[in-house]
Amino acid sequence: MASDILTFRLENGLQVQLKEIHSAPLISSWVWYRVGSRNEHPGITGVSHWVEHMQFKGTPIHPQGEMDRVVSREGGTWNAFTYLDWTTFFETMPADKVEIALNLEADRMVNSLYDLQEVASERTVIISEREGNENEPLFRLSEAMQRAAFTSHPYQHEVIGEMADLRSMQRDDLFNYYRQHYNPANAVLAIAGDFESEAMLQLARNTFGHLPAGMRATPVIADEPLPAAEQRVDVSGPGETTFIQVAYRAPRANHPDFFPLSVLDSLLTGPSGLNMFGGGGISNKTSRLYQRLVEKQLAVGVHGGLSATIDPYLYDATITAAPGRPVEEILKAFDEEIDHLCQDAVTTTVIERAIKQARALFVYGAENITNQGFWLGYAEMFASYEWFETYLQRLAEVTPADVLRVAREYLSSEKRVVGVYHPTGEGASHE
Amino acid sequence: MSNPSRRNTLPGADDTLRAVLPNGITLLARANHNSPSVVFHGYLDTGALRDPQEKLGLADFTAAMLTRGTRTRSFHQFFDLLESSGASLGFSGNIHTTGFNGRALTEDLPMLLALLRETCETPTFPVDYVEKMRAQLLTGLALRSQDTSDMASLTFDQLLFREHPYARPEDGYPETVTRISRDDLATYHADHYGPRGMVLVIVGDVEPTRTLDLVVAALGGWQNPHQSLPAALPEFTPPGEESRQHALVEGMVQSDIVMGGSGPTRKSADHLPVSLGNNVLGQFGMYGRIGEVVRERSGLAYYAYTRLNSGVGPGSWEVSAGVNPANVEKTIQLVKQEIAKYLNEPVDTEELSDSQANYIGRLPLALESNSGVASALLSLERYQLGLDYYREYAGLIRAVTPEMILEASRRYLDPQMLAIASAGPAG
Repeated sequence: MASDILTFRLENGLQVQLKEIHSAPLISSWVWYRVGSRNEHPGITGVSHWVEHMQFKGTPIHPQGEMDRVVSREGGTWNAFTYLDWTTFFETMPADKVEIALNLEADRMVNSLYDLQEVASERTVIISEREGNENEPLFRLSEAMQRAAFTSHPYQHEVIGEMADLRSMQRDDLFNYYRQHYNPANAVLAIAGDFESEAMLQLARNTFGHLPAGMRATPVIADEPLPAAEQRVDVSGPGETTFIQVAYRAPRANHPDFFPLSVLDSLLTGPSGLNMFGGGGISNKTSRLYQRLVEKQLAVGVHGGLSATIDPYLYDATITAAPGRPVEEILKAFDEEIDHLCQDAVTTTVIERAIKQARALFVYGAENITNQGFWLGYAEMFASYEWFETYLQRLAEVTPADVLRVAREYLSSEKRVVGVYHPTGEGASHE
Repeated sequence: MSNPSRRNTLPGADDTLRAVLPNGITLLARANHNSPSVVFHGYLDTGALRDPQEKLGLADFTAAMLTRGTRTRSFHQFFDLLESSGASLGFSGNIHTTGFNGRALTEDLPMLLALLRETCETPTFPVDYVEKMRAQLLTGLALRSQDTSDMASLTFDQLLFREHPYARPEDGYPETVTRISRDDLATYHADHYGPRGMVLVIVGDVEPTRTLDLVVAALGGWQNPHQSLPAALPEFTPPGEESRQHALVEGMVQSDIVMGGSGPTRKSADHLPVSLGNNVLGQFGMYGRIGEVVRERSGLAYYAYTRLNSGVGPGSWEVSAGVNPANVEKTIQLVKQEIAKYLNEPVDTEELSDSQANYIGRLPLALESNSGVASALLSLERYQLGLDYYREYAGLIRAVTPEMILEASRRYLDPQMLAIASAGPAG
């Protein structure tokens, strides 16, 4: 498949990816850093996410509050995200205002202040964010699942970090981390929208080309051993609803097995795409687990997820139990569906269906320039843009035998963690 | 540097088709050939306003059941067709309307319209699916009762709207949903679902005239001679005093606050001034003045923002924040001070200029996708704003002055008469 993007690397190592889209007078620009919770260790868990927050707190040129103002005044939207392997910042602006976004990103790539007072006030904001997460049963369960699924790999921590670390980290922990990871050599600048590529490349060169290169992050992370036996996690908390999660070790995104496992996921829990914005959703009522668990009234909902990551992460299914149905009965039905997948090959029709669903999700995602900007940089964080460009083709190459093989290899019970959220029955009332 | 396209991408009367079918369905259609897909948004003219007090949630339950089997297709056949095509179709119960959304690759639009017709006209409400759906709805309500944000919002509506139907949740309560029978659903559908008052907006890779042909073919024959007239909306009088209530949700780590007052209707002349004032108060940049005080300066919350809800009836103007339970009262006092300050003098001309630029500048972004355009066109029809509204929008926004904002805002917010709700553990 011929690429429709322009890729260039500046002398300081900044990788630039450009895609012209002339459907609307908008440009979405993204700066991706190859740093996330994968780069953290105990004592500074959550530092990547906190640094992301601090990047909104000002530079000498753009004092705190001024960044918001300059983007919002032009009708732009901006935000940032931190994940396991990456941190990204984006602005989507009217096309003739893109320089504002690029100047802002170049400025905060090297000049953020990390003022002591701002660090202190952001500490309580992030603790508040974590407390909001802790209100959610599925956050509590997922955090416990991650801890159980990994013994040494940094993927064992939630991106937001451990509360103890959020309370103890200091300004210099944040600033040094920023200095180490936020630099052109460790970043990708991805721009999609209504521009001419040559002119945009020149603008990128003028704006970012003079910044000191820095170093690309290459953390040394030992392979996480496969679990020797199934693990069980039990979490209790308020509420009346039982949740069950089953998580298997998944292949890294760059592994050939990722694609048959994606087809398997579509069959088992329903289709999911690579869109972050405006991609729409396709329901999963005909998926095997919905049919087996929800249609049989063992559960009221089920969904699954496979993440594209640098190192092997998790493929999980989350089940919302129907009131009064025993956990073991639900798990027995779940296991029977997994056994079915491991015993009988799927038909080619099933694979064709999964591909049409994936194609539809791509088409929906392409409506939105911000989403296209996201796509440009996303796959670079764990593979390359080619991974994204060939995604549909590689799904189409999946055979029934591939699906059977990955089901047997990845969905074995000794390689999984089973977690249950047990509600304590506390309810709500008015004072 | 860049050479951005200069064409006008905002919808207007010259590129939006509007037609009313003989059976009362209003269609708006606009082409967008940038992507081989199509979306539709729309609503039917019936909603939770009609729900009997003892069966709150009836309209919502009925909407949820439409895709659970029709006269021509079982639940499985319906979703097999939909999901195999990578398409989606869903319904939701609102207070005045029953909304629906659909999406498909262009080639599948006729199929999606056919499914829309049969779900609206011939749902069968199979008993076993009624019970499955009831279990799902009850689980949703159980989760709502543990969600501090939902519970604060629910409590706020009760404090602000008191006896008015807007105080009632569209999804009901466990005891009211439990009372709803299969016959209640079928009767509600027979009495209230019909083409009159239905609005359908279709945007995507189809010429509007072709869209009209497809809609006439799919929905033009739908009739319901028994369809009821729209329900009347009772008068609303804002509370004359401050009210305060805490919804106890045990075991939570964070509390939520929702506080504020009433707001203008969408068609009111006050709407744009109040909306711009709201942007200054709690939205611009990272949440405007409220965000600056509560989040940036005090570090009390991850989110603290305002929201103006304006529709066909009385609106609400709300401040929301998620805070540690120990900081609930402190945050409420800070917000009250900020509201008092906001109502004491006109906003700065620079603040207003920022918000005006923000409103005008963000419009192309809101209208870049098929869904964004469909949603915008649906609002035009719902509030009778005219097909050229978005092209006139910049002028309307620039005409608003700080004095207009202050005058309009004082009609709705009063720092001494706020409804103040919170939810979480005991403080």
